[in-house]
Amino acid sequence: MASEPFSPATALVAGIPARFLFVLIPVAGLLAFAWIMWRRIIPLLKAAPDPRMGQIGQRLFLVLKIWLAQWRHPRYLLAGVLHIVLFFGFLVLGARSTQLVFLGFREGFVLPGLGGGLGAAYNVAKDYAATAVFLSVVILGVRRAFFRIERYAVPPALGKDHTPEALFVLGMIATLQVSESLFEASLLAAGGGSAPVLTLSWAFRHLLAGGSVPVLARLNLAAYAVHDLTFFYFLCFLPMGKHFHIITSLFNVFFMRVRLGNVKPVRHGITDAELDDLKSFGVKKIEDFTWKHILDFYSCVDCGRCSDRCPANAVKRPLSPRFISIKARDHIFKRFPLIGKASGESENLIGGIFSEDEIWSCTTCGACEEECPIGIEYIDKMVDLRRGMVDDGMVPQTLQKPMAALEKRGNPWGKLEKKRGDWTKAVGDELPVPLVENGESAPTLYFVDSMTSYDDRMQKIAQATARILHHAEIEFAVLGKDEKDSGHDVRRFGEEMLFQSLKEQNLEAIRESEASRIVTTDPHAYNALKKDYPELAPSVTHISELIALGVESGKIRLRPLEDTSKTYTYHDPCYLGRHNGIYDQPRQAIDAIPGLKRVEMEGNCRDRSFCCGGGGLMLFYEPEEEMRMGVVRVEQARQAGADVIVTGCPYCLTNIEDAIKVAGLEGKMEAIDLCELVDGQLQRG
Amino acid sequence: MEILVCVKRVPDSAENEISVEAGGADIRRDDLTYSVNEWDNYAVEEAIQIVEREGGNVTVVSLGDGETEEVVRREMAMGANQGLLLVDPAFEGSDGAGVASILKAAVQKGAYDLVLTGALADDGAAQVGGMLAAMLDWPYASVVNRVEVKGGNTLLIGREIEGGAQEVSEIQTPCVLSIQTGINEPRYVGIRGIRKVASVEIPVLTAAGLGLDPAAIGAAGARVKRVDYFVPPAGAGADMLTGSNEELASQLVELLKAKGGLK
Amino acid sequence: MDAKVFVYAVHKDGQADDSALELLAAAGTLFPGCAPTALVTGAGSAVAAVAKELAAAFPEVWSFDAASLAYPNAELLRPLLVKALPAGAVVLLPHTTLGMDLGPGLSVKLGAAYVPDVVAADGLEGATLKVVRQEYAGQVSAHVTADVSGGAVLTVRGGAFRPGTPAASGRIVDQSALAEGLTARRKFVEVIAAEAGDIDITREDVLVSVGRGIGEQENLELVHDLAKAMGAAVSCSRPLVDAKWLEKARQVGTSGQTVKPKVYLALGISGSFQHLGGLKGNPFLVAINKNPKAPIFQVATVGIVGDLLELLPVLTEKIRKG
Repeated sequence: MASEPFSPATALVAGIPARFLFVLIPVAGLLAFAWIMWRRIIPLLKAAPDPRMGQIGQRLFLVLKIWLAQWRHPRYLLAGVLHIVLFFGFLVLGARSTQLVFLGFREGFVLPGLGGGLGAAYNVAKDYAATAVFLSVVILGVRRAFFRIERYAVPPALGKDHTPEALFVLGMIATLQVSESLFEASLLAAGGGSAPVLTLSWAFRHLLAGGSVPVLARLNLAAYAVHDLTFFYFLCFLPMGKHFHIITSLFNVFFMRVRLGNVKPVRHGITDAELDDLKSFGVKKIEDFTWKHILDFYSCVDCGRCSDRCPANAVKRPLSPRFISIKARDHIFKRFPLIGKASGESENLIGGIFSEDEIWSCTTCGACEEECPIGIEYIDKMVDLRRGMVDDGMVPQTLQKPMAALEKRGNPWGKLEKKRGDWTKAVGDELPVPLVENGESAPTLYFVDSMTSYDDRMQKIAQATARILHHAEIEFAVLGKDEKDSGHDVRRFGEEMLFQSLKEQNLEAIRESEASRIVTTDPHAYNALKKDYPELAPSVTHISELIALGVESGKIRLRPLEDTSKTYTYHDPCYLGRHNGIYDQPRQAIDAIPGLKRVEMEGNCRDRSFCCGGGGLMLFYEPEEEMRMGVVRVEQARQAGADVIVTGCPYCLTNIEDAIKVAGLEGKMEAIDLCELVDGQLQRG
Repeated sequence: MEILVCVKRVPDSAENEISVEAGGADIRRDDLTYSVNEWDNYAVEEAIQIVEREGGNVTVVSLGDGETEEVVRREMAMGANQGLLLVDPAFEGSDGAGVASILKAAVQKGAYDLVLTGALADDGAAQVGGMLAAMLDWPYASVVNRVEVKGGNTLLIGREIEGGAQEVSEIQTPCVLSIQTGINEPRYVGIRGIRKVASVEIPVLTAAGLGLDPAAIGAAGARVKRVDYFVPPAGAGADMLTGSNEELASQLVELLKAKGGLK
Repeated sequence: MDAKVFVYAVHKDGQADDSALELLAAAGTLFPGCAPTALVTGAGSAVAAVAKELAAAFPEVWSFDAASLAYPNAELLRPLLVKALPAGAVVLLPHTTLGMDLGPGLSVKLGAAYVPDVVAADGLEGATLKVVRQEYAGQVSAHVTADVSGGAVLTVRGGAFRPGTPAASGRIVDQSALAEGLTARRKFVEVIAAEAGDIDITREDVLVSVGRGIGEQENLELVHDLAKAMGAAVSCSRPLVDAKWLEKARQVGTSGQTVKPKVYLALGISGSFQHLGGLKGNPFLVAINKNPKAPIFQVATVGIVGDLLELLPVLTEKIRKG
């Protein structure tokens, strides 16, 4: 604006040019902000390494999808949409906020490039943006103040409610929009201009019509001062709590995980061979986390979506992912204060801000990571904390026995190795299964893993699979006694060295089998072979992928269902679905059976599937909980109208079958493995 | 406190792996895996906890053969300060009293305030601790589930007696205690922990080193000997009972009485 | 061989424990023709009462009445018996926590052979006693010989020898004088009873275990009644804990307690892998289930296909009637 009736840059307060103040505020604000940011960066520098510059293309894609397009936000619709408005509003208003700072001491300042037509268009856009932001924060404020939203609740043991702080920040944002609009409107009222219709500026413009110029000038100056102060106060406030995400979210998403289902190495930069030289394994103190993990703690928005979807939290185990982040963040703030040195010896996290059971309660289902709108990771942190506990000998007695058994016998029950292949004797129909332990081999290796090999009930899955593979004319062999547990959950429970030992033994056995591809019915084994065994040469497939292919190609021919009275639903196993993206093939396999009626557990299927209770070592852990996860899942199936739950994982099957009994639904609900279902419908002959 | 814990390397038998060789001379060993006797492990954990509270040293000793070292090393990985191995062909075939006399010689080579053993081991005899105490002429308590150091050479101990009750006593040191499972929660020892103590020296003592007369130990000195192992004949699957409820109840009562099921 | 055989008689509230007569029977089987002497220690009138009771079964009873013996402290009993017993004596103790506490050291002080936890007799040849023991928590049995020429201390497993119905008019010898001046470096303080809420099924010898086959929660009363009549503890499989019908501490299984009872009743338990994983030691396993194909029947010693709700009350009645 070329000639303005007044401006903060030229105003006088009690004879003193106001622009001194409006240089002082930004300078002081920026200095304080820089100081605060520096203090916040220090812990990142002290933290463990974490190389996150690989796969740039995918990272940029995730930034566009998750950060810019706010892809995950609408999963909680109201808050999500409002946040999208806030987010884009802030992006648009960025230029205006910058311009405003300079207007305090440079009359008529315009950002380079925003003169002329583009600037005019921008001025309209920013007014609508400010209005939209204002309306959003009012709605959010009312919602926060008058409605109890479960996922925001703070258990009394964990401190005071966060609502006052939330309202305070919403108030500040509202103040920024109001003060900016008043600043704009007062200028327009004095100069005779008009604001875009139905914006805040427009409303104020009308309110202020007819005001005298001196009064408008005072108002303009006051509005400017309020905006300036609030802006820089808010800027310095950001790194003090959950609104730090406004600064960190872009980076947090850029550096978020790009691979699913894998687990970070004990320490980046240390090879498996060098592990023995490490003095300490895992995370015991806050500095043991990597810089990305600490960035995660900074970025947590306290939205509670992770805990809302967390199955452990749902059954009232002592775990809430949201509070893992919040407690850790507060711990860092305390340990690395803004003024003064880091206080004393770094405390142990376990027994301090975290309890042992809190960390053992996690089933690594990944629902939290799937939900977080800014890419915070939890599983690696749990694994690292567990590594620390294992290193210090803090392992619950219930887990020590299976770990010792895994070390001695390669399976968590301590059953004899030579019995691992016994299930092959009962496949029936004269179907001998070649056993590599006997020197036999085949191009396809069926990696059975411990649960399916030894558990009487789960052996039926292996037997059904053998029949399906035979029907599809796939030549396969089974390792037998040389197969060890894949070690998938050994690793995720923090016993890295035992995992390495099991992996080495399996790699050796697989190499000797000379198989060129591996098929498995156990999603935990599938995930281990694909993600934890980088040296593995053969490709790895889950049986559902093979069945889907077979049905499409006609190699697998299915009979219509004899009893069509039942309604089926498919439960997505965590390690097939969320961690490996295999959602469709099992459904294709089930839907290929003529006459079968299938429903979805709406809201709780695919990447929102509810964990059955966990597999591997989780079967042995005794959690403190109010009910079993499996029971929650069975209830979801019942509400969806199903009476048969189909699943593709032996752990899911055992947890769900047990849960059916506990829920008193025996006879009314049943569970079946995908392979058993398909095997039952194979056309014979 | 200077504490000596006696540990034994035993086959894992939790999964019913134990069967008899043809002829009965020994159990079948080709598929067996071995670990420290579970009760002994609780004893080592207890010793470590006492020393963590009161100061001192924990020494772990085991009587065995070339394979026994792995068990001693594991207990050192857990936190015991020293290990000691007693190995000599002359020890083979010792009965409980023989083992106790060998351990007595090892105890007398040191200056211990407390000797711990597990309450029982793979042969279920629960004898070595009590015999050792009598040979040393030290007081003894078995199936101990609680130890508190009171000072002035006194320990307050609890014994786990029938019905889950606890018999509390005061005992003077030096003494021998045999430890019951459940007294504490032993810390976890993983592969990594064991690798850390892989190169620590563990001294080995022979019969000569202990000043023992070969005639008094080993098979030569044994008064109690195992002749063979056998498995009493068992039916295939369950013996199915039939009859009216009255008849079934009668049969059950008889069987329960015979098997000690009625108190 | 004509060594003097002694039986240590446990008693409570002025009455002899069942083990006394079991040991008498054991003595007669292990050392045929011997005339065992019962040893009764304690303080006060209970000693005389028990001595009198046992004199009706044992040829001889020695009583030791002294204040220091009010509680059976093995550290006091041991020197007492060393004083009282003749050279080459054979002593039978029950294989209980007292027997384990007293026996090994006693054998050393007497210079006698020690054979613990005897489950059956296998003959006596001259000075060689042959017995049967178990090892590896009962997975295998062993024939054991002991040179008893210098005497022996044996502990005998409860229930291994059925008491007979002996009749005798034994003489009672008061040996209380020998208890004078007894000291020990272990002093009894008190017994802390297990709290009612403190269920520890892992120490129980007899368990009545219940599973989903019991049906409704109200039916549990039948199980509690049976357990009470048997003097046994109630345990269960996981579903009942999850349904909150019974405490977690009662659960037997891989994610529950590990138990090693001598007798285990599996009522309405199918015998899943996870449940049986908590049951060790080859107990005498009675399985009652209405499903004849339940896997429990493969591992049970004795099985009944039947309706728990009908059978349990009948069984409980029979046990109560004795």
